[in-house]
Amino acid sequence: MHTTPLDDLVACPQCDTLHVASMLPEQTSAHCQQCGIVLMTSQPAAMARILSLALTAFIMMIAAVSFPFLTLDAGGLHNATSVIDAVLAFNDGYAFPLAVAVAFFIVVIPLMRLVALIYALGPLVREKKPRQGARKAFALAERLRPWSMAEIFIVGVTVALIKVAGLAAVTIGPAFWAFAGVVVITVLKDQLICRYSIWEALDKATA
Amino acid sequence: MITARDAGLVACQQCGQVHPLGTQVCKRCEGRLQSRDVDSLQKVWAWLIAGMIAYIPANIYPMLLTSTLVERSESTIIGGVFDLVEHGSWGIAIIVFVASVMIPVGKFVAIIYLAISVQRRSRANQHERHKAYEVVEFIGRWSMIDVFVVAILSALVQLDTIATVNPGIAAVSFALSVIFTMLSAQAFDSRLIWDVARTKE
Repeated sequence: MHTTPLDDLVACPQCDTLHVASMLPEQTSAHCQQCGIVLMTSQPAAMARILSLALTAFIMMIAAVSFPFLTLDAGGLHNATSVIDAVLAFNDGYAFPLAVAVAFFIVVIPLMRLVALIYALGPLVREKKPRQGARKAFALAERLRPWSMAEIFIVGVTVALIKVAGLAAVTIGPAFWAFAGVVVITVLKDQLICRYSIWEALDKATA
Repeated sequence: MITARDAGLVACQQCGQVHPLGTQVCKRCEGRLQSRDVDSLQKVWAWLIAGMIAYIPANIYPMLLTSTLVERSESTIIGGVFDLVEHGSWGIAIIVFVASVMIPVGKFVAIIYLAISVQRRSRANQHERHKAYEVVEFIGRWSMIDVFVVAILSALVQLDTIATVNPGIAAVSFALSVIFTMLSAQAFDSRLIWDVARTKE
């Protein structure tokens, strides 16, 4: 009944319409015929770029949690805040679960995604066999995507800065710029990720 | 156009790999396979109702507890927006209002509409409904802005007697409301939007 082998078929994840996969010319993308979502994109050397961006973001994230984030001065008093302090702001009594959630949204999940991607794609870029569990790692990185909220946090920080600006002098620390860098690089990296191509690459590298 | 299900196949939503119908686990990414999530709408309604319930205390109770030398004050979500307007920060007031009021409420309405239209087997506006689903999935997380604002303010403004800011209970309920509605949107199986029309054709 099927004239095409199963591996050459692609079903749209959002509306289940079947398509036959074909080689895409570079710098183009294929859309679902029924609902219009992007099914796959073709970008030359995307894998190496994703990996290098993920490594950069990882290093910047380490800087963002270690250095001072914001400093507040008013009436002779001084208070320096790191990203960790922002997480611990909810650390009293009833709000404790929220502290854990915020820690996950802005630091732990973004870091987990980066580590998983580096782990899964590292060997592929060097044209070696994928590591054990590479598939699980890549699937995890993609599943965590909506829960990684670093970019939302940076907008929240901007709003908070404007709220305090009238009351006290706020100094922006190096961690702020590192964190902003993580956000920009993560967006660039996620735009390069084409799930279909990466799964194909994982398949090819295993075979 | 033919669907994977009509062709006797089941597709992996995680990696796109196609398998014969009845396969349970994807051979490529080891994800669980379901041709249609039959419990989708039940989960959508359950998470949505939880999210709407959590949104009530989020609006009644204070988000921020501020104490300065001269006064102690509490501000709710809407109160915070009005404060910003009084200070003349219109742009920020609009951002907070959109993130904390318009997006959550818009999301409730959009999810209710999507769920009911699927239950009624509606065949109208499929493209618009699919767009609505994509927008809801994409934009829902941005409501978290206000929770992060509270986190930063309470970490930053800790100047002993001069001024301190602490999080209120509404911050917790608001965060829960956002998380529940995100789960509700994720539980929605968008393939259901398209199924009705295709089976009638």
